[in-house]
Amino acid sequence: MLLSLTLNGKKIQADIDPDMLLLDFVRAQGCLSVKRGCETANCGLCTVFLDERPVLSCSVLAARAGGHTVTTLEGLQQEAYEFGEFIADQGAEQCGFCNPGFVMNALALFRENPDPSEEEIKEYLAGNLCRCSGYEGQLRGILNFLEWKKKGGASCRQ
Amino acid sequence: MFTCKEYKKAESLEEAWTLNQKRGNLLIGGMLWVKMGQRRVQTVIDLSGLGLNEIEEDDEEFRIGCMTTLRQMETHEGLLAYTNGAVRESLRHIVGVQFRNVATVGGSIFGRFGFSDVLTMLLAMDSFVELYKGGVLPMAEFVNRRRDRDILVRIIIKKTAGRFAYQSVRGAKTDFPTLAVAAARMNGTVRLSIGARPARAMLLTLEDPSAKAGTDLQERPLSEEEAGRFAGYAWEQVPVGSNLRGSAEYRRELVKVLVKRACLSL
Repeated sequence: MLLSLTLNGKKIQADIDPDMLLLDFVRAQGCLSVKRGCETANCGLCTVFLDERPVLSCSVLAARAGGHTVTTLEGLQQEAYEFGEFIADQGAEQCGFCNPGFVMNALALFRENPDPSEEEIKEYLAGNLCRCSGYEGQLRGILNFLEWKKKGGASCRQ
Repeated sequence: MFTCKEYKKAESLEEAWTLNQKRGNLLIGGMLWVKMGQRRVQTVIDLSGLGLNEIEEDDEEFRIGCMTTLRQMETHEGLLAYTNGAVRESLRHIVGVQFRNVATVGGSIFGRFGFSDVLTMLLAMDSFVELYKGGVLPMAEFVNRRRDRDILVRIIIKKTAGRFAYQSVRGAKTDFPTLAVAAARMNGTVRLSIGARPARAMLLTLEDPSAKAGTDLQERPLSEEEAGRFAGYAWEQVPVGSNLRGSAEYRRELVKVLVKRACLSL
């Protein structure tokens, strides 16, 4: 079947199988930041924005996204780069495997709630699993990032 | 993973209903549960193009389209205010924001899953399901109905004056509940909905002690003694079972504790 949608700002058309998942579709389009982590709709690694809302692309049919707008990490370069670089400088993560989904959902959080409390951060990111950091580093990294943004976002590295 | 040969975005409920009468076809909500299975489906029927993803609110009720996501319900100001946060509390522990942006209320309720927080919450409220062919049914009746091939079009929640509370216990954050309790006080009754027993939620309706005394329930919280009595009654009456999340014995104790906590916060 023919699928038309907007992916990272570009209108595209492709011939797809009716049961293709959005995850496999965006990967086939070269968006390799989107990964299949758990296959059980629990880990958050396949997070993309569907019409600006973060969703699990492992659980959405590509066909359902027809006519809609899909954004992956590749389409958020500047925003993602700023946050991703800050988190890396904070040493907030270890292996980094969960990072793309984590960055996507953190950006979704900042868009919805630019000044979240610690509890709100934990609640919003509860669906992004990380098996090595224990979340402490990520939480500290986010809090420091928000503080840095409040101060104007300059000179993040000393 | 389930597979399908065709995908159809329905253009009308009649078209969706007709397609759904064929055994090999499957109507999907958020698809999260279905995706975990191995079904081989001929045609997947998608209701996402019918504008059924909104919450309408007026002075008397909320009308929630079946394709409304759990996240939309969780963040809806009207539901938040009417239930004093109970609906939000029932939803916010379900996996994660991205999951709740996909899961639909129609899928959650139509499936009548034992683990469903949403069903547990709605069962305590003055709520109804609107079926395409079957008409409007109280949730308490729908919950025990056999699954058929009708379409759940909307959930209706009457704004009956009341107070609501929600309690759940989970082995870990984002997991299914080991036990869930929703409680409500309305129309002179205390309604207790117990879910994840692990069987599907069931409802106990009891007389509100303040109704007999003619006092305004909003003015008078339930006492420790009254809450304890309700908890004891639920402990006796609610059948519970064992699964990997907890034994029947553990659940029986949870029923008592959660019902009491819920009653005390009404």
